[in-house]
Parts: sequence; structure tokens; C-alpha cells
Amino acid sequence: MEVRWHIFLLIVGSAIVTLIPRVLPLMVLNRLRIPEALLRWLDHVPVAVMAALLAQELLLADGKVDPGRNLLEIAAAVPAFLTAFITKSLFATVIVGIITIVVLRLVI
Amino acid sequence: MEVNTEVQHSPSKPIEGNTYLQGVKDCVPTLLGYLSIGFAAGVVERTAGFSLMEIALLSLIVYAGSAQFIAAGMVAAVSPIATIVTTIFFVNARHLLLSAAIAPYFEKLSARKSFFIGSLLTDETFGVASTKAQEQKKLGYKWMVGLNLTAYLNWCAANVAGGLVGDWIPNPERWGLDFALPGMFIGLLALQMISRKKFGLDLLVALCAAAAVVLASFLMPPSAAIIVAILVAATAGMVMERWK
Repeated sequence: MEVRWHIFLLIVGSAIVTLIPRVLPLMVLNRLRIPEALLRWLDHVPVAVMAALLAQELLLADGKVDPGRNLLEIAAAVPAFLTAFITKSLFATVIVGIITIVVLRLVI
Repeated sequence: MEVNTEVQHSPSKPIEGNTYLQGVKDCVPTLLGYLSIGFAAGVVERTAGFSLMEIALLSLIVYAGSAQFIAAGMVAAVSPIATIVTTIFFVNARHLLLSAAIAPYFEKLSARKSFFIGSLLTDETFGVASTKAQEQKKLGYKWMVGLNLTAYLNWCAANVAGGLVGDWIPNPERWGLDFALPGMFIGLLALQMISRKKFGLDLLVALCAAAAVVLASFLMPPSAAIIVAILVAATAGMVMERWK
């Protein structure tokens, strides 16, 4: 159960560079009055973030553009999206996605 | 500076559902994702030679999936500490945008409280919070703490569990658990679009983000591509909204 010195340094360093971007905007912008234009820009960030992260998961493999390696995952995304729009349930969406990918991998 | 008084710091009238318990409940749908990815991260860290105590510290103090996977991979590849820390900074720099995006929805918070909320912000708690913000136009401190702590504790527990069995775990892909992450992003994206009621515009922003991340990936590492995609798509969204 030991903690090696260089791993400890790594953990502390990573914690600091992760913490600053997380807390700084909240601490500053929560106190300042935010310009209207910035608010309208920030309003689009959630959709942009989720779409970018999803596209990276589905369309890229090891940082390279390679949709061909993830064909089953892209196929499983379709019923997952439909489930999300029909049930409006995050949990159901994840479950349907997982079941679909398991079935697809078994069959194909 | 122009001011949007509607969203920002409206006079304190109690926010509906601003309880720790409601935050815990709203976190539950994401737990499968946290548990499976946290478990996988624990396995990878163990395989990279981290001790259980190091795994626990890593998840408790760093608490970021992407950072932890990268740390494990780069430690296994014997990269210098400074290189790993720099990489992790760029990978997690997107939190700047997430943190900024939810800031206007809270009433004025003390420095300590906004620090506490921000320190436990993740892609998933951000997704849940921004959907909630769309519905209620406001976010409560207690609700956010309940959401954050539930996610945090589950992540850390899953990490340690993964570390415990990491030495003899079969391939987690067999159980489809690797799809929990994209599945969660699909759900969060769809719920976001449903609650915003700007479907056409949001769809364009989403397609723009997807195209930008693919194009940017030809030129730069994945973490930088994400940030570029967010900047491009949010700007495109703002411009398209103005045209209407």
C-alpha cells in the first residue's frame, strides 16, 4: 500500500492543473456581471460539448479519424438516440445502448 | 457592460427542488456510466503498476476520467512527470468552458462555495446541471452539491474496486460497458436538446461540433480538438441565432 514519491508528485501536479480550470470561471463569473454577448455564446456550450465528446467517441479511434473501426458503436447510437427522445430518460438511453452493442457484437 | 438581469443573480426566491436529496436523485441515471468507466480506469491504473493507495489518491484528488487514463498510460510508458502533467492540463482545459457556462445560473455564492462546486465538476455533472438549468433557469447550491458528491463517491468507489480486481479482470468490452460513455453523451445531448426547444438550431450546432472535432483531429491531439470544436460550434450557434 505504498505511495511512490514520483507518483505522489504526479498526482499533486495533475490535481492542480485539473482544479484551476474547474473552479476559476465559476469563482470569477459568479461574482462579475457577465456581458450579454458572452451569455448568448455560453448558452450554446452544453450542446457543443456533448456533441464534440460524442463525435470523438464514435468517429475517432486513438485520436485518428477512423469511423470504420466503430461501425457497431455508430449503429448502436441510433436506438440510443431514439430511446432518449422517446423516454427522455438518461438511464434508459444508456441501458438500450449497452444492450444493443452487446447484441450486435454477438451477432456480427 | 451589458447585463442580463433575467438569468443572473435574480433576487433570492427559493429555487424549486434545491435540496441535497434531489441532487442525489438527479445523479442516479449517470451512475452506471461512472461505475463502469471508473471501474475500467481502476483496472487500467492497476495494470500500469499503481498501488491501491495510489489509485485511491488519484481518484480522490484528481477526479477526472480522461486525466486518470492518460496518467496510467503515460506512467506505463515511463513519460516524464512534467510531460504527463502538461498533457493533463490541456486535456482538462475544456472545464474552463463548462465552469463558465453554469456560473450564471447560480445566485451569488461565497468564494468557498463556488470553489467547492467547481472542484467536483465533470462532463456528466455538467450535462445534468445544464439540462436542469434549461428547465428551471436557475441552479441551487445544495442541489449541485448533492449531484457532485454522489458522482464523486461512486467514481472513487468504482476506481478502487477496479484496482482491487485489476489483476485478473477479463475484457470489460465483452459486457458492452465501454458503450456506457458514448451512451451517456447521447442521453445528455438529447435531453439537452429536448429541454431547450431550439431543436433546429441545436442540431446545427451539434453537427458543427462533430464536424469541427473530426477536422481538427487531423491537425492536433484529441483534447485540443475538443476545445476547438466547442469554440467553433458555440460561435456558429451565436451567429446563426442572430440571423434568424
